This record gives sequence, structure tokens and C-alpha cells, in this order.
Amino acid sequence: MTVSFYLNGKQVTTQAEADTPLLWVIRDEMGLHGTKFGCGAGLCGACTVHVDGAATRSCLLPVGDMGGKHIATVESLSPDNSHVLQQAWIAHDVPQCGYCQSGQLMSAAALLRSNPHPSDTDIDNAMSGNICRCGTYQRIRAAIHTAAKAMHQHKGGKQ
Amino acid sequence: MNRRRDFLRASLAAGGGLVMGMFVPFSGMEARAAQQGAALSNVWVRIEADNTIHVINARSEMGQGVFTALPMLLAEELQVEVRALKVELAPASKEYANQLLGVQCTGGSTSVRDAWDTLRLAGAQLRTMLVSAAAQRWQVDAAACQAAQGVVHGPAGQRATYGELAAEAAKLPVPQQVALKPARDFKQIGKPTRRLDTPSKVNGSARFGIDVTLPGMVYASLEQSPVIGGTAREVDDAAARAMPGVIDVVTVRDGVAVVADSYWRAFKARQALKIEWDDGPGAGLTHSAMMDRIAATASHMTPDDVRLTIEQRGDAAAAMATAVRTLQAEYRSPLLAHAAMEPQNFTAHYQDGKCRLIGSTQYQSGFVADVAAALGLAEQDVAIETTFLGGGFGRRVESDPAVQAAQISKAVGRPVKLVWTREDDMRHDFYRPQALHRLSAGLDAAGRPVALTLELTSQSPTQRLFGLPKDKMDPYMVEGAVAPYDVPHARQDVIAHDAGLRIGYWRSVSNALNAFANESFFDELAHLAGQDPYRYRLSLLAQQPRLAQVARLAAGRAGWGKPLPKGRARGIALLAAYGSYLAQVVEISLGQDGIRVHRAVVAADVGQMINPDTVEAQVQSSVVFGLSATLGNEITLAGGRVEQGNFDSYPVLRMAQMPRVEVELVRNSEKPGGIGEPVTALAAPSVANALFSLTGKRLRQLPLNMERIAS
Repeated sequence: MTVSFYLNGKQVTTQAEADTPLLWVIRDEMGLHGTKFGCGAGLCGACTVHVDGAATRSCLLPVGDMGGKHIATVESLSPDNSHVLQQAWIAHDVPQCGYCQSGQLMSAAALLRSNPHPSDTDIDNAMSGNICRCGTYQRIRAAIHTAAKAMHQHKGGKQ
Repeated sequence: MNRRRDFLRASLAAGGGLVMGMFVPFSGMEARAAQQGAALSNVWVRIEADNTIHVINARSEMGQGVFTALPMLLAEELQVEVRALKVELAPASKEYANQLLGVQCTGGSTSVRDAWDTLRLAGAQLRTMLVSAAAQRWQVDAAACQAAQGVVHGPAGQRATYGELAAEAAKLPVPQQVALKPARDFKQIGKPTRRLDTPSKVNGSARFGIDVTLPGMVYASLEQSPVIGGTAREVDDAAARAMPGVIDVVTVRDGVAVVADSYWRAFKARQALKIEWDDGPGAGLTHSAMMDRIAATASHMTPDDVRLTIEQRGDAAAAMATAVRTLQAEYRSPLLAHAAMEPQNFTAHYQDGKCRLIGSTQYQSGFVADVAAALGLAEQDVAIETTFLGGGFGRRVESDPAVQAAQISKAVGRPVKLVWTREDDMRHDFYRPQALHRLSAGLDAAGRPVALTLELTSQSPTQRLFGLPKDKMDPYMVEGAVAPYDVPHARQDVIAHDAGLRIGYWRSVSNALNAFANESFFDELAHLAGQDPYRYRLSLLAQQPRLAQVARLAAGRAGWGKPLPKGRARGIALLAAYGSYLAQVVEISLGQDGIRVHRAVVAADVGQMINPDTVEAQVQSSVVFGLSATLGNEITLAGGRVEQGNFDSYPVLRMAQMPRVEVELVRNSEKPGGIGEPVTALAAPSVANALFSLTGKRLRQLPLNMERIAS
């Protein structure tokens, strides 16, 4: 079967079997490796992408259901690290091994879109589906606050 | 390579103090550098005519920050900004052996300690040669020239970049005597520095092992024996072969691999394999029977078990008889998995009698040796390229995924990327061994310990991996076994017992096992003596000023002794390890789901810090890693099969459970210590001690989960 969807704004088409998780189509067929495989069970969040704007675990999502949908991966934030979240992640030097950070960034991006002033509890609730074995949680929380502040100061900037 | 000889030599030397790395000025690597157009080079640096400066990083970046810290050492003496350097990851080569481990390996919190003199010396030698070349060119005294930011400046305003001077400098002899900067002159070392790898880790461009692609590459998914060590007796692969995209099904050492044109197709076809397994010797193993056997070893030694006394002071037995009060306690630690975020994977391409490997590895020289042996190749015909590692924690010193990928590639004659599932990763790990600690102590009338004995039974990770002879003590079983406190009469024994399951190095290795027992036990002694656990420890640290200092710092910052809200309590634990001194105070409460850790205060004296921001990050990281294990992690076996498979049955700490971590860093210029691992060891004892303070209940078995608290 053939499925067409939008990947980071560009229309793409795949012939992959309908039950193929979106994750593997993005990685192996479309060649975008920022989205990571962590658990294959929706438990760790490493594969988080946006599907029509909502943070979604792509390791469980059959590509056959993606027809016409808009998918955004970490690569959509910006290639030059100009996105407010990337800036905040750099300012706090969040990543350690870095493997989970694409998923963390995409969960954070979805959070800030729906809640531009998140409290610590809001952040905990929105981010607890994303595991980091290096334990960067404290810096992630701080970076999200920094990004939220920066969004208010630079309204109209890239978000 | 003779792993065993190299390892023994290094560990022997390490026991007598640090062995400093030796500088290998010009060697086989020079020819390689010349091919790449470098005008001046040694094994660590290549300077090109256009002033591009490449630094070779010989340690694997798995989050701990060596990709930045090691180049900082070189940049400091070379007089360039670390951000101006281009960092490359080293190939497998003798020049890049870790002198503290004897092999090319990233582990044991050794990277900075090993590189500390080597990389600064390499930078200083090159800088000296560049300055000499400039002085010759300008016919001035070298002492009148200064190097800064990749440029040499002469006394009359002359100026030449390192690149411009490189060809002339390369003709000069390598100076054998160069003075290294004293700490007070450091411009970069000791200053918080942004990590060089962060930009690539926030836009998806950082390349991990799982991201490797090669032209013509195919994908493999491997079904391994559900009992570790078992083998496939009979394979019916007809259904798998009939599935779309399947290229081949091959049996390798560890199982049956389906090779397909996409990962998903390989994985799906793997589900259609029908395999009859010979479970092998691990068939009946259970974690509880293993622990029972460990507990019985001391009284039922077999020829395979080895007992060694690691330290003896005075006469513990006689002193014990004089004690006013005595205490005996037993502590038990479970099997643990590493569960790095990046599941095991490797890419291999076997072609014409050579094999190329690319992936996430902590142990380049071991991977090369193991793949060469498995494929019947000479080691020089196996090349390895290291990517970023999606976590290591000790799991990636094990070469099994690389060997499997290489065997599969050889069988199908194409480049192969082998990717394990999370379940594969958790069920085919090299686990942290179980341990049983029996401690006893006698106190005098004032409550001071006069006698202490320890009997530790656990399994040696080094015997299997490095072929350590059975009668030799594994240095990675005894780290942290001798408690740092003043006790006049003490005896510590270690019993090495193979419980039947393969085990490995797990972040902080035996420090975590030993610190749980020792730091819990000294807490118990303090309570037995009717004294405050923090002050009791301090009173026994007269010989350990640096440990006492971090204890005071952590206790002070945590407000030790000050009242807490109802339902909260504090616990403390200390550790000296890897040349560093650590203290942690946690603040906990008890909820329906178990222990909640609200705050962790850690004081760390790691000697001279390279990048203090990374030191802080490693402390934060270790708190989380240690708490995951302490509060909820345990690997169990039924019928030889690991029962956990994913993060539902092996729950690790999440954001909402994250305590506030506060870090006090001691600034000094003592020899650098390691910090990637040791704080991990403080979680279990500090929380167990806090739990006792809160509830009066002493838990001596990990994890400290609700089931144990309620029992």
C-alpha cells in the first residue's frame, strides 16, 4: 500500500507495510535519525514526534494510519539550533549522552505550545513519559522555564 | 594483544598509586596524519597548514563529558581555545590505550586521571616546538615569543599562526623536558565550559551507533536463547524466510538472526522463527537460589570459590572479645541491568578477509580482539570506528553485539546493522552481580568501634572479561570494601563465587555494593552507640580530612540536625573512590507508592576539576541512576529466564520523582579524581539510613521498595 503524509512540512510517500511503526519509516526510509528507538512500547519517549501538533510515541504508531497527517521530528525545530528550546538546552548544557534528548525536546515543544507558562508540576506531568537514564531532569526543567521566559520576551521569534 | 597481561600489569601498578600515561611522541600514527595533510602532528594532535587543529579523543563519550574535558587538557597547554579544536574519535590503536587499565577502554572513572599528564604534556611539547620554530624564523630568543590562541607572537610584533609554523616545527626534536603550567595559571582547566557535543545533541544530528548507515546495508534482528548461554538446537525458518523483505536467516554464536531490507521487516520475520533451544547450564537458575548459594558459600566452599583477606589491621577477633557491645548484620544486593537508553546495536561490514565495525563501544581494543577471534582474522584486519554512545554505564565494554553483527555480515556478505530490542537488551545483559555482606563490629564503653570484620561474597566481573586468574583478587570487587573509618582492629575478607549467570561492570562497580553495606552498618553502629550518625562518622575520620570536609559541607548545606516537617527524615552516606571524596545527604518521606526523595545534597572533592559544570552534571546524573536502582530495580530469574523486559517491569526514575539535587564542589588543585561513577554508590545507603531515621525500620536488602518496607 502507499501512504502519503507530511514530514517536517514536506510531503512524503512510503510503500512500507501498514503496520510498520512510523518511527522506522522516519529513520530507515526517510533517513532522519534524530528520532530514537528506546523501548518499542511507548514507555520511554525517545521516539516522541508531533502528529498534527500532539506529542506522540512513534514506535507504536502504524504508518498506515498516518495518511495526510503532519509529522514533525526534532529536525524540524531548526538545523542551526535557533529554536528557543534548543537555545535553552544549550544554555543549560542539558544533554549528557544525548540519546533521549530529541524526544525530550519534542515533548517540551508540545508542552509550551499548549501551556506557555508551565509550573514545575506542569512540566513534571508533561515530561514524565520521557526517560533519561543520564538523569538530566533537573536541567530539562530549568531549560523549559528558560525557554518559556524567552518566548515571552521575543514574541514573534521562532517557536 | 594480550588482554590479561596488559590488564594485570595496569591493575598491579594502579594498586601502588597512579601510573601516569606515557607520551608517545611520533609513531605509526604519524604516517596516517601525513596522509591527511597535516603539517605537524603527534598521536593526539594534527595541525594543518591552514591552522585547523584536530585533537584525537581516545575515550568514548557516553554522557560523562570526555568529549570536552580531554580536549580542554590539551588546549590549556597548546594555548588555544578548546572551542577552536576539531575533535575526532580515535581508532583502535595501542597508542590510545588507557594506561590505568592497560587497554583502550573507557571505564573505571579513569579518563581524566589517565589523560591528565599525557594530554597536557602533548600540548606543551607541540607548543614548545611551535614557539621554537617561530624563534628560529625570526632569529630571536624563544623566551621572547609567546603563544596564544593558535598564534605565536614575536618581540617586535611578528606574528605567525601555528599552521604557518607547523612544517618548520615538525623538523625540530620533540622536547623531552617541558614545564607544565601550575594550577594558578590555568585559563581553561577549572572553568565551567560548555560541552562541545551539545549543539549536535539538540537537533538530531549527533550520530549514535544505531544511526550508522553504510551503502548496501541490510538490517538484522537476532533471537537469542531465552536462557543466557543456551544454543539453538533446531531452527525452522521457513515461515520467516517467506516474509517480505527477508534476505537470509543465519545462525550465529548467540542465536538466530533474520536479515532483511528494513529493521521492521527483520524484526517481524523474527517473530515467525520456530526455534528449539538447548538451555545450557543456566536452565534452572533462579535469583533466589543464587542468593541462597552465595549466602552458603562461606561455610560450604568449593574448589571453584576463592577466599582472600584484603586487609587486616591488629587482631579483630581478640578486640571483638573485649567489646562492650557488638553488632552483626547482613546486607543483600540484587542483580541489576544497565538499561542504557540506546539498545545494544552494532554495524559491521565483512569483506575480503577484513571487517569494519562502527558503533557505540567503551572498549575498542577488546571489541577488535573479540571480533578477530570470532571471525578467525588477524587483529590488524579489524577496524573500529566509535560513535557517540547512548549511555554506557559499563554495558558497552561487552562486545557481544559487535561480534554478532560481524558474524552476520560475514554470513550474508553485506554490511549489516544489528539492532536489539529493549527486551533483548534487558534479558541479555551482563548484570551487576548479587552480593552478600556480613559485617560485625564491637564497640567500647564510649561507643567507638574497636573491632570490625567484613565478609563479602560476590562474583568477579574481571575473571570472565579479562581472564583474571581465580586466585588473584579482582580489584573491581574490593573497591569501597574497606570502610574509611578509624577502627584499630579490622579484617576484611572477600569470597569470589560464580553464581552461574554472566555478570559485568555496572556504574561504580563494587563501590555501590560495598558502600550500601558499609555506610548502612556504620549508621547502625552510630544508633547502637546512641550517637548522631553524621557526628559519629566525623569522629572516626581523623585520618581522612578530605572525606571529613565533604561530610561537613553536605551536612551543613542540608541543614543536618535542624527540624524537618513531620513525615520527613534525612540520611547520610560517604565514600572515597576513584581518587574523589563524596558525601550525600537525602531528605525523604514515605507515601503510598514507597519512598519519595525530596532533596539530595552532594558535596564532592574531586581534586582539580577540569570542567566544573560537567562535575556537577555527573553528580546530578549519578544521584538519579543510583536512586533508580535503590527504589525499584531488580533483575529476577525464573527457570534461567530474566523476568524483566522493559521499563514497565524495570522502572527507572522519571521527572516527577526527581529530587532537588544540590551540589557543593570543593575547589582545590589536588590530583584529579574520577566523578563519572562514584556518587551512584551513595543513593542506597543514604536512603536506607533516612528510612531508618523516619520509621525505625532498618532495611538491609535492596531495592528499598514498598513490599520490603511493608513487610
